[in-house]
Parts: sequence; structure tokens; C-alpha cells
Amino acid sequence: MMYEIRDLRLSFPDMTQKPLLGPAPRIEVLKGLSFDLPKGAVLGIVGGSGSGKSTLGRAMLRLLEPSAGSITFDGTDITHMQEAQLRGMRQRFQMIFQDPMSSLNPRRKVGGIIAGPLKLHGLDGLQARVDEALDMVGLPRSFAQRYPHELSGGQRQRVGIARAIALRPAFILADEIVSGLDVSSQAQVLNLLGELVRELGLTLAFVSHDLSVIRRLCDRVLVLHQGVIVEEGETAALFEAPQEAYTRALLEAIPLPDPDQPWE
Amino acid sequence: MRDARGDVKRPIGLRLWLSGGWLTLLVLSAVFAPLIAPKDPLMQDLFLGRMPPFWMEGSEPGYFLGTDSLGRDVLSRMLYGARLALIVALVAGTITCVIGATLGLIAGYYRGWPDRIISRFVDIWMAFPPVLFAILLIAVLGPGLMSIIIAIVVIDWTRFARVVRAEAMSQGAMDYVASAQVAGRTRFGTMLTEILPNVLPTIVALLTLEMGIAVIVEAILSFVNLSISTDSPTWGGMISEGRTSVHQAWWVLVFPLITLFLTVLSFSQLGEGLKDRFDPVLR
Ligand SMILES: Nc1ncnc2c1ncn2[C@@H]1O[C@H](COP(=O)(O)OP(=O)(O)OP(=O)(O)O)[C@@H](O)[C@H]1O
Ligand SMILES: [Mg+2]
Repeated sequence: MMYEIRDLRLSFPDMTQKPLLGPAPRIEVLKGLSFDLPKGAVLGIVGGSGSGKSTLGRAMLRLLEPSAGSITFDGTDITHMQEAQLRGMRQRFQMIFQDPMSSLNPRRKVGGIIAGPLKLHGLDGLQARVDEALDMVGLPRSFAQRYPHELSGGQRQRVGIARAIALRPAFILADEIVSGLDVSSQAQVLNLLGELVRELGLTLAFVSHDLSVIRRLCDRVLVLHQGVIVEEGETAALFEAPQEAYTRALLEAIPLPDPDQPWE
Repeated sequence: MRDARGDVKRPIGLRLWLSGGWLTLLVLSAVFAPLIAPKDPLMQDLFLGRMPPFWMEGSEPGYFLGTDSLGRDVLSRMLYGARLALIVALVAGTITCVIGATLGLIAGYYRGWPDRIISRFVDIWMAFPPVLFAILLIAVLGPGLMSIIIAIVVIDWTRFARVVRAEAMSQGAMDYVASAQVAGRTRFGTMLTEILPNVLPTIVALLTLEMGIAVIVEAILSFVNLSISTDSPTWGGMISEGRTSVHQAWWVLVFPLITLFLTVLSFSQLGEGLKDRFDPVLR
């Protein structure tokens, strides 16, 4: 298993309710989630806004620390691991962010953005690795000399993907990575991601609002509602016969295009 | 997939040329003052008092910009005055910047208790009225170059701290910072390699502004006779002396005043110009 997650709980302090003295009360955002993510699987995480999708993703990457429960990554319990210890493992789980304008340092060139994490993990042959990563996401190698603002939205998101895959991780979290793009670049970026996942044998967690995208890309789906897993299962089964009312409502609310028609 | 966005080169702005040119001229004058000053800036000649500049009737050859009421050469005094103005600008500006920006960066990026301590300290510090503070400080330390520099640092570091803190805070919320953590960069490393380069344009703009302010503060302190001893020429000292005889000899007041004005303006424009030219991010 890539991930084994048991009774995962996570809460934030509620600053609006903070008394003048003493700590703020906490709001629980993830309310006891349990699921397994097998190696090589592509898991779609869906749910309404504020349901806790991003929080779950960030907990899986240990950008947030759970308040209870456990997260086991590839056999290692990382639930309360210290940052210093995590740092050595971080090469193995990577993330692609929603907004590439914000997730790419505007004052670094693309080459530096991709090479930065490689240097941190002491990998050699930086130039070759950067070139290879650019090739894999379909960007010209000369783009290494550009700044993020000199790229289009779709190109920027490809740089975000290149940065993640250059480390050769086992797992990638993609949090709403196409929601800022126009429809045709969305399709291109998603096709690219699908290919890379297959080629590199990645395990992927794909957070999205868009059920039609999930249906094409993912082999498992997890439906989240107010911090609770409503339903989890194989994509085909879940789309054919949703067991829960919430899932049915979610499916009905979004017009689904014919899945057999090719993207473009 | 080739477009021209990467190839656009911006021209060096006019204001960078003008402000940079003026400041270069000033630095050269300061460094080479003993070589290029036509007269000894301290030499008095009571027979040559209040001579007008060269284009006016009754001017004295060799005294291009005229003389003051004690017969000292205005041009030479201004050249030597540039030394003091620039030393104060560079030294006071840099120390202020380093102290204020460091504290602001730490407070804004680390948040939490470092921020609470630093911010509280800044708030308390700013409750003192600055000019009173400076005068008090110099009264205690005694007038002199060091006192002026210390006074400027003591008053103005809070400006850096506040502005840099706010900027570091907004940069800290960007995803590239989270992305550095995902990549396994340490907190401290992230501050230096990710946040600092993005706050640097703000720091440079503040620094050049601060250098201009330092020149003004030095002039004001000279004006109220709290600066360096009266026999080393300063622009502020010249202005305050020129004020008393402005009707008989306007040039004693006007030339240093214009120089001061151009210098302060150049410093502030230099910051903006550098940002236009060297910041890769088009705003
Ligand atoms: N740092 C935080 N402090 C306090 N509350 C937070 C914090 N981050 C998220 N929350 C709350 O947790 C809940 C879940 O947020 P999350 O970002 O995980 O939602 P999401 O499912 O990703 O939504 P969206 O689809 O809009 O991105 C929200 O109610 C949000 O207000
Ligand atoms: Mg989200």
C-alpha cells in the first residue's frame, strides 16, 4: 500500500471564537477518515467546496499535522514525524499546486525552479535531469532560461508538473491543477498527467470538482462531504450505481459529457 | 511553442540614467574633492566676502559659484560637503536597512512568537516622537558624525521592519513557499532563498529612500547646529549660514539647497529605476 489512513482527524484553531485570554477553540475539518491507497492507483478526491479535500491532501504530504489517527506512507508511520526527519523522505511524495502563478517563485528561472528540489536531495547530473523533465512535459529545453511570467498558464502548469516528476517520486498529489486553465489547455495538461502516471508508474491523488475529469483519469474515487468520507470505491462502479444520496446529488448536479468521445 | 515573451528587453529608464548620473558625479566629487576643489574650503578672505557667481557683474575669477560672507569658496565647500552627505547616506542607510530588514523578515516569515516580540518592540519604539528622540540622543552622545548616524539608525529602523514584515508575510502565504517545504527545504533556507529575493526589490527601494532621508536629517541637524563641528563644511551648515544673508548673497543659500534637493530626489528615483531595470517580474 502507498497510503494506509486510519481514523484521520485534523482540526484548526477557530480565531473568530478566540477568547481574549487562552487558546482558541478548534474546528474539526477532517472527522475520522479511513481508506487505503494501493500502489499505482489513481485516486480521485471529490466533494463540495470546504469539504476538506485540500486539507486531506496536505495532511497526506504532512504539510499539516493530524490531531488524531494515523497516516502510513509506504510502510512508514508519518503521522507525527518531525519536519527534520520528513525532509529526507520528501523526495518520495510530491505535489502539483492549483495556481502555478503562485506556486512558481516569480524571481527564479524555470531551470532553477526544477533544479532546486533536485539539489536539495543531492541528486547529480542536474542539467540532464532538468532537460529530461522539460522533455517529458513537452516544453522546449530553452524554457529553462525563462521566468514564470514569460509563460502561458498551461506552460506554467507543465513546469509545476516537471518540478514534481523530476524528483522521481512514488506519489503525487494534484490539487485542482487545471481549474485555472482554459478548456483546451485543461485537456492537454490532463492528458499529459495521465500519460506520465502510466509511464512512471506513479500513484496519484487527484483533487477535483470536475466529475467528468475524475471519470476519465481515476480508477478509484473518494467522495468527501463536510470532513467525512461519504463513499469510496472503483470509479466505474461508483458512477454506475452510487450508493449514497450525496453522491447521487453530486453526479446529478454536473452534466456529464459522453465518456467515449475523445478530448479536445 | 515559441513566442517572444522571453526576448523582450526593457530599455534602461531615463530616471535611472539621470539619478545614477547625478549620484556618480557626487561620489566622484566627494572622493576627489581635494584634487578638484579650486580653493581650500575653510580659507577665509574678508576682502572677498559675498562675491557673486561667475556670470554676474563683480564676480572674482577662480570663485565660480561666488563666496560666502567670510570669503570662503562656495563651490569648494559644496564639494567637501558631498563627502559628509554621502558618508552619512551610505553608512546610516545601510545599517538601518540591515537591522530593520532582518527583523522585519524574521517577524513576517516566522510569525508566531518571534513576530509578537519584534512587533511589540517596534510599536513601543514608535511611540517616541522621532525628532525629539534624535535631538535628545545627540545631546547625550555629543554632536559628531557617529551621533548623527546612530540617531538616524535608531529612528528609522522601524520603517524597514514594518514594511519588510508586511511584505514577507504576504510572500509567505504564496504557494511557492509551501512548494519549498514539499521539496524538503528548511524554514531558514526558504527564508533566504525563496522569500528574500522576492522582498529584495522592496528593500532596495526603501534603502535608497532611506539614504535620501539620511541626507536630509544630516542637513536638518546642521541647521539646528547639532551636526558635525562647524568648521567642516556640510550642506546643511551652508544652508543655515546662507539663510542669514539671503538678500545680499542668495547664492550661498541656493546652490547647496539645489544640490541637496537633487541628491534626495536622485536617491528616491534610483530605487524606482533599479526596480524597473533589474526586477525580472513585470508588474
Ligand atoms: N488554515 C486554516 N485555518 C482554519 N480553517 C481552515 C484552514 N484551512 C482550511 N480551513 C477550513 O477547513 C475547511 C476545509 O478546507 P479545504 O481547503 O480542505 O476545503 P476544500 O475541500 O479543498 O475546498 P475547495 O474545493 O474550495 O478547495 C474549510 O471550511 C476551511 O475554512
Ligand atoms: Mg481546495
